[in-house]
Amino acid sequence: MADSTTGRPPAASNEPGQAREPWNDPEAVPYIQLENLSKRFGNFTAVDNISLDIYKSELFCLLGGSGCGKSTLLRMLAGFEAASEGRILLDGVDMADIPPYERPVNMMFQSYALFPHMTVQGNIAFGLKQEGMPRPEIDRRVSDMLELVKLGDYAKRKPHQLSGGQRQRVALARALVKRPKLLLLDEPLGALDKKLRENTQFELMTLQEELDITFVVVTHDQEEAMTLSSRIGVMDQGRIVQVGSPNEIYEHPSSRLVANFIGSVNLFEGNVVEDEADHVRIQSAEAGCMLYIDHGVNQIVEGSRVSVAVRPEKIKISRDSPEQEDNVTRGVIEEVAYMGSLSIYRIRLSSGVMVQATQPNLDRDTRQFTWEDEVYLSWNPYSALVLTT
Amino acid sequence: MKSILGRIRFLPVCLALGLAFLYIPILSLIIYSFNESKLVTVWSGFSTKWYGELFRNQQIIDAALLSLRIAVMSACAAVVLGTIAGFVLARMRRFRGRTLLAGMSMAPLVMPEIITGLSLLLFFIALEKMTGWPNGRGITTVTIAHITFSMAYVAVIVQSRLADMDPSLEEAAMDLGARPLKVFFAITLPIVAPALISGWLLAFTLSIDDLVIASFVSGPGASTLPMVIFSKVRLGVSPDINALATIIIGIVALGVLLAALAFKRQERLQGRDARLANLPED
Repeated sequence: MADSTTGRPPAASNEPGQAREPWNDPEAVPYIQLENLSKRFGNFTAVDNISLDIYKSELFCLLGGSGCGKSTLLRMLAGFEAASEGRILLDGVDMADIPPYERPVNMMFQSYALFPHMTVQGNIAFGLKQEGMPRPEIDRRVSDMLELVKLGDYAKRKPHQLSGGQRQRVALARALVKRPKLLLLDEPLGALDKKLRENTQFELMTLQEELDITFVVVTHDQEEAMTLSSRIGVMDQGRIVQVGSPNEIYEHPSSRLVANFIGSVNLFEGNVVEDEADHVRIQSAEAGCMLYIDHGVNQIVEGSRVSVAVRPEKIKISRDSPEQEDNVTRGVIEEVAYMGSLSIYRIRLSSGVMVQATQPNLDRDTRQFTWEDEVYLSWNPYSALVLTT
Repeated sequence: MKSILGRIRFLPVCLALGLAFLYIPILSLIIYSFNESKLVTVWSGFSTKWYGELFRNQQIIDAALLSLRIAVMSACAAVVLGTIAGFVLARMRRFRGRTLLAGMSMAPLVMPEIITGLSLLLFFIALEKMTGWPNGRGITTVTIAHITFSMAYVAVIVQSRLADMDPSLEEAAMDLGARPLKVFFAITLPIVAPALISGWLLAFTLSIDDLVIASFVSGPGASTLPMVIFSKVRLGVSPDINALATIIIGIVALGVLLAALAFKRQERLQGRDARLANLPED
């Protein structure tokens, strides 16, 4: 996009970071624009004034608990629900008056919605037939698609003769065969068992990169969202509370809600006693120590109450007192869960607060800590995060 | 110990008595249809002459053909109308008068046949006075009457089938570019087809079986098979009616047998499909 008239070096868009993160490029044109989008059912507001830009070839995840409005938003993109307010632009075209059967958008349903009276082949060909595509062309596209999802031998089967994983792939093939500008996926892996889900996740990502189609995925599974997406939009009560890459969402959650929703987190309440440009000190009775964080929180008045978030894997457990003054507290191990690659400990601090800490099991047969052990917990100044909302 | 033994003997006895209660009348009917005597209650030797007699009885043949015609016509019309009603009730969630429509379309299920018959008769008479149609009562009025009460059954069957159907199937078809009418014919109809077939069969059976309503709304020259049998029996049971009943029982038994075989086959196919679906993926 960069050219000589803007004064930007032409190489700018070729920088790997820029090319893969169009949302950080002020000149990138969003592919899908949601502008002040709302949807109300009677008195209930399912989608509340959402504005969001999604870029071409993104795999964008809408993440949220049930009833947060993510499915409604997806159905609005597909055209099954009309917006109460605001508008949706796809590739610059307002979608308001375009019915679902004319939108360049396809959807993979949570239930897969495979037509039970048609074969795998018939299911995949259905969309192409509606376009009035000539028969040989349909056959070619369908067999290409079957090849792509590795179901070449199953063309003549009916949906009920397939396993769950195969059905999922048929549903995906059926939604992709029309080469939509945008593919919507409603809980695409929700019905699969865990082992299959992991494989399918990677298949889905490879497929998306190969076909270069923009994906919008709705899920309530944070792990799924973390693995799949280029960016995640966390939703709550009809609003998008944070948009960012999986890393941003996990390491820099903007609120307690997001921190709690993605992964597990320990939250300590405390009062700000010192707020400088390069650090804050927070006195926390819950943590039982002085919390020192190496980033300033400028908009905070000293003395105000804030939360400090520390992820379980960032807490070190030790028997001996670590050599640091701040961010050290003591407790008794109450529960141990051995998970194989790591162990999860639940520790009761002297304030009565329960803290969760995970430690990788680096060596075989290292059960360093066990029930009733008195331990020190510590973390680095850059590992914690101050949350004001 | 004794009580268990007692119970073991008690249950088969119950079963035998129940079956006897149900089937001895039918069995005796079949046996007496091969009776040589003109008197229904006196056995005088084996003969099939009443079957020959039956096929020479033009009145019964005509009535049977008329009943078949009415049943086919009314079943077809009831399926079309009942499907529309069932579709509206299942798919359109909220509109003015929905409860009224639902109640009214279900009413014929619980309405006594006498009332239905009488009210239809009065309606046809009033209509004829006002418009001159239907001109007298006969096959048309019986067919219309049968449609009105059997379409309610079809509506119930279609509605429950549609309620079971995953609504995202229709959305998926629309999402893939099918217009609403196309969705209905390409997706909805094939999926509810079993309900349409069973609805048609039920409407057909109800029509063939109906005596009360037909007696009210039929006219001269349009006596259905149940009407003819009933009037003949009132004059005394003749052996050719036994022969006719035996033939009907034979047809019904054959139908049940075929249905059972089809069901068995379906089960076997389902077992095979389940095995196919559970095969490990390569």
